[in-house]
Amino acid sequence: MNARILHIATNTFREAVRDRVLYNLIAFALLMSAAAVLVGQISIHIEKLVVINLGLTAVSLFGIVIAVFIGIGLVSKEIDKRTLYTVLSRPVRRWEFIAGKFLGLAGTLVVNTFFMAIGVFAALAYVSHHLESADLGVLVALYFIVLQFVMITALALLFSSFSTPIFSAIFAFWLFVIGSFAQDLRNFAAMAHGITRFLATAAAYLVPNFSALNVISQVAHGEPVPHRLILLNTTYVLVYSAAVLSGAVLIFERRNLK
Amino acid sequence: MACTDRAIYSFESLLIIFLRCFPAMLAINILGLEKIYNVGFWRKRAKRALWPLNLRVEEGEIFGFLGPNGAGKTTTLKLLMGLVFPSGGSARILGMELDDPRMKAQIGFLPEQPYFYDHLTARELLRYYGQLSGVDAKQLSSKVDAVLEQVKLIDSANVQLRKFSKGMLQRAGIAQAILHDPKVVFLDEPMSGLDPMGRREVRNLIEDLKTHGKTVFFSTHILSDAEALCDRVAIIHQGELRGIGAVAELTASVHGKVEIVWQTAVVPAGIRSMGAECHSAGDSTRVILPEENQDAALEALRREHLRLISVVPVRTSLEDYFVAQLGTSAKSEAVSSRTLHPATGDGQVIKR
Repeated sequence: MNARILHIATNTFREAVRDRVLYNLIAFALLMSAAAVLVGQISIHIEKLVVINLGLTAVSLFGIVIAVFIGIGLVSKEIDKRTLYTVLSRPVRRWEFIAGKFLGLAGTLVVNTFFMAIGVFAALAYVSHHLESADLGVLVALYFIVLQFVMITALALLFSSFSTPIFSAIFAFWLFVIGSFAQDLRNFAAMAHGITRFLATAAAYLVPNFSALNVISQVAHGEPVPHRLILLNTTYVLVYSAAVLSGAVLIFERRNLK
Repeated sequence: MACTDRAIYSFESLLIIFLRCFPAMLAINILGLEKIYNVGFWRKRAKRALWPLNLRVEEGEIFGFLGPNGAGKTTTLKLLMGLVFPSGGSARILGMELDDPRMKAQIGFLPEQPYFYDHLTARELLRYYGQLSGVDAKQLSSKVDAVLEQVKLIDSANVQLRKFSKGMLQRAGIAQAILHDPKVVFLDEPMSGLDPMGRREVRNLIEDLKTHGKTVFFSTHILSDAEALCDRVAIIHQGELRGIGAVAELTASVHGKVEIVWQTAVVPAGIRSMGAECHSAGDSTRVILPEENQDAALEALRREHLRLISVVPVRTSLEDYFVAQLGTSAKSEAVSSRTLHPATGDGQVIKR
C-alpha cells in the first residue's frame, strides 16, 4: 500500500482511539451485552437467542453511531481546524487523503468490533456455559456488521467531503435507516406500476442495502448463513463503498479549501 | 580581428538565446494568477479575491508579502499551496507545477494561526509530517529532535498539543514547515501570537534559513518585521498588487529633513523658529527640521552646552511607503469605478 495512505490511516486510527467518546460508546455496548445476560435469565429456554439478538444489535448500533460521528468529521473537521492545510501542502494527493481517512476509520471500527465481540461471546458463554460450532454463525453476523460499518464510513466520508457535520450526520443516519428497509423498498417496487415502479426501483438499487447485511435474527435462531450470501455481500459492499469513495474523491478533488 | 569580433558577437547572441530559453531558476514565478469566488446560496455572485498577480521571487531571497487584513495574502498562499484553485493564470515553484508532488517535497508551509492534531504530542506530530514529506525513516528521529531543539520545544516534545500555548503552537508550526529541509518556505503571518522574545526567535530563524540558502516567502502585516528581514517586499491591497521592490530602494528616499536628538527637555531659542517639529519626552528632545538649518541648530545646541545624542537624515520608512500605497489607491478608487487592473511586478519599484 502507498506509504502516505498508511501514515494518514494510522494517524486517523490514533486520533479515534484517543477520543474519550469512543470508550464511552464501547462501554455502553458492553453494558448492553451484560444487560442481555440479565434479560436472558428471565427468558426461559430462549436465553441464547436473547443474548445473541441483543448483543449483536448493540454492537451494530453503537458501531454505526461511532462510524457516523467520527466519519462526518473526517474531512470537514480537518478543513475547519485547518489541519488539512499542512497535509495537502506536502506531497500528498487528495485521493490519498480520502483513502487514508477511510482506512483509518474502518480499521478503528474493526478493532472496536473485536472488543465488543469479546463481550458478546463472554455473555454467550455465561448463559449457555459452553460455546458450540453453531455459534460460529455469530462470527458471520459480526463480519456482516463490519461490512455495514465499511459502507456507512464511506457514506459519512462522502457527505463530509462537501457538507457540514450536522447535515452529514443527518444524511448518513437517514440513508442507514432507509437502507435497512432496502428489501421492503425492492418488494414495493416489484408491485408498483408505471413511473412509480421506475422511481421505486431506482431508489431501491441506489440506497445502500443494509437489510441484506442483517442476519442477526437468522443466526440467533441457529440457521446457517449460505456461503453464497457471504460472497455476494462482500462483493456488494466492496463495489458500493468503492463507488461512494470515488464520489467523495471527485468532490474533494475540486473543492476550494477556503 | 573582424572575424574574432563576429565570433564574440555570435557567442553573445547564442548566450542571450540560451538564457531566454533557460532562464535562471526562480523560486516562485507567478503569472497572472487570479481568484474569483462564487458567493451566495441562491443568487450566486462573483467576488474577486485576487486580481491577476505577477510576481517573481529569486532563489535565496527573503520576500515579504505585505498587506492589511483581508488584502489577499492568504488567498495567494492558498493558491500556491494548491488548497484553492485559480480562476486564471498560473504559477510555478522551483520550476514545477503547483500540483507536482516533487515540488511539494521541497517546500514548507506554515498556515496562519496554525492548529494541529491536538491528540498528538509535538514529537508525534513532527514524525507524522516527516513521514508524509518522505523523510528517510532512519533519519526521521534525529531530524525531529534537531528541529524541536531549533524551535526550543525539546522540553515539551512529549506533551500533547492540546496543552500548548498559542506561541508554542506557532513554534510547532514553524518546526513542521522546516523539518524536511525544504528549499522554499512559505510562512503566513509567522509572528502572529508571539511575544517579543518569540518574535525575535522567529526572526533569527528566518535569517538562519537565508544563510542556509533557503528562499523564504512570508506574509505579514507587521511592517517592522518585514523591514528588518526582507530583501524585497510586495504590497497587496484589496486583492491587487500595489507595489513591489527592494526594501533598501523603497526606504531610500530622503525627505530633505534631519532628526536631531539631545539630552534634556530644554529647547534653545531659535530652534523653534527654524521650522522644526519638537517632541520632548522624559529627559530628551527630538526635533525634525529642514536639512539647511542643521548647522545652525547644532550651533545653538553647542552654545547652550546641551549634550547631543544623534543627528540622522529622515528616511521614508516601509510604513510610510505602505501607507502611501494604500492611501493613493483609496483616492483613485473613490474617483473611478474599478475595471480590470492588470498587476505589474517584474521586480521593479512601482510608485503610483
